Amino acid sequence: MSKFKCPECAYVFSEADGDEHEGYPPGTEFASLPEDFACPDCSVRFKEDFEKV
Amino acid sequence: MKGYTATLDSGEAIFYRDRKRWFWLLSVLYPLQPFLGIWLHAETGNEAWLLLPLALGYVAAPILDWLLGEDENNPPEAVVLQLDRDRYYRFLTYIVVPLHYVGLIGVAYWAGTQELAWWSFIALAAVAGIASGLGINTGHELGHKKSKLERSLAKIVLAVPAYGHFWIEHNRGHHRDVATPEDPASARMGESIYKFALREIPGAFRRAWDIERERLERCDKPVWSTDNQILQSLSLSAVLQLGLIIAFGWKMIPFLVIHNVLAWWQLTSANYVEHYGLLRLKDQKDKVERCQLHHSWNSNHIYSNLVLFHLERHSDHHAHPLRRYQSLRHFDDLPSLPNGYFGMYLLAYVPGLWYRVMDQRLLALDHIDGDLDKVNVDPSKKKALYEKYGQSQKLQAG
Repeated sequence: MSKFKCPECAYVFSEADGDEHEGYPPGTEFASLPEDFACPDCSVRFKEDFEKV
Repeated sequence: MKGYTATLDSGEAIFYRDRKRWFWLLSVLYPLQPFLGIWLHAETGNEAWLLLPLALGYVAAPILDWLLGEDENNPPEAVVLQLDRDRYYRFLTYIVVPLHYVGLIGVAYWAGTQELAWWSFIALAAVAGIASGLGINTGHELGHKKSKLERSLAKIVLAVPAYGHFWIEHNRGHHRDVATPEDPASARMGESIYKFALREIPGAFRRAWDIERERLERCDKPVWSTDNQILQSLSLSAVLQLGLIIAFGWKMIPFLVIHNVLAWWQLTSANYVEHYGLLRLKDQKDKVERCQLHHSWNSNHIYSNLVLFHLERHSDHHAHPLRRYQSLRHFDDLPSLPNGYFGMYLLAYVPGLWYRVMDQRLLALDHIDGDLDKVNVDPSKKKALYEKYGQSQKLQAG
């Protein structure tokens, strides 16, 4: 289980925790997120921009 | 006055004072201006005073922007973290929220209980709406932040003009799609503000609803549920506005219709001037480029920035949407407006004049250099504009 960080606003997607509010349950793999996934906090960085923590 | 110290990478110690610190109180007080008109009406009995806020917004503000000019100062990057953590600045955005409720209820009380001529009743509703439009601006600043408190306050203040969907629409839709033909909140070259409003207002609501529906589907929840954030804010609007109808009678219905539409119109006006004609280009794989500083129009005019929580430093806002208002920066060579927003709104309301001023500015931008293929053009005006600027051959080639 890894964590991925938005390089713009530091939002972190944790695979272990998921993001309940966004509808991604704990255990959601980052790779399984939709291809057009945008950062839930800033919306100006996308899945391919996220950096593994 | 409070100051901030920091050490630069070079080892040099710096001390910074924010000269605008106390002037940000103007953003708190500005939405209360309807009470100025009401107070003068109460004192003199002359209903014409109720029009005063319209004169302050549409006449005094553009003149003050012109007279006071522009401010290009930026806080040193080394103190930005301290500025962001200074609770004073965020406290100002918090206290405006209840003031918007006081404002609408107070003006509704005056409109509902005084014997007014029809024109001053309409003026009061319009003035209340313009003030609530400023509430959308406050909701905008709060809604971009990560804290639960600020996000909740955003939804609460957006409920005043029944525009609760804006929080989702703006953050998740507009910021993602800005300066593309697909964005209902980015105006196209040759598109009048009136045509834009008919595309923007319903388009923005649809986009917000779609984004929230998709989120709720992922959460295995129905879209018509108490978890729907748009419905949460609209419920609050219903309580507030139905309460005003119960308290002050049926004449609150036209009052609130005018109030809501005028508040939405303020946002439409801001959206119209913020990205007019600007276009993010696509690469060879049809991928849209990242939003750059030159994809927003800016104004450094000091007066209107001080009453709008720095909204007019719009390029930095789009590049860094979570950056707090006190830290937003000016950059050289940005697309810039010749007046503050209030003056630009007036220009936009006369489309012929707007095109005269802005189309030239748009085409003169360095990254466009006259090339209409690099402009977000209204499809119905495309042929005419390409012919006007001698670029018809590009249409045939394309």
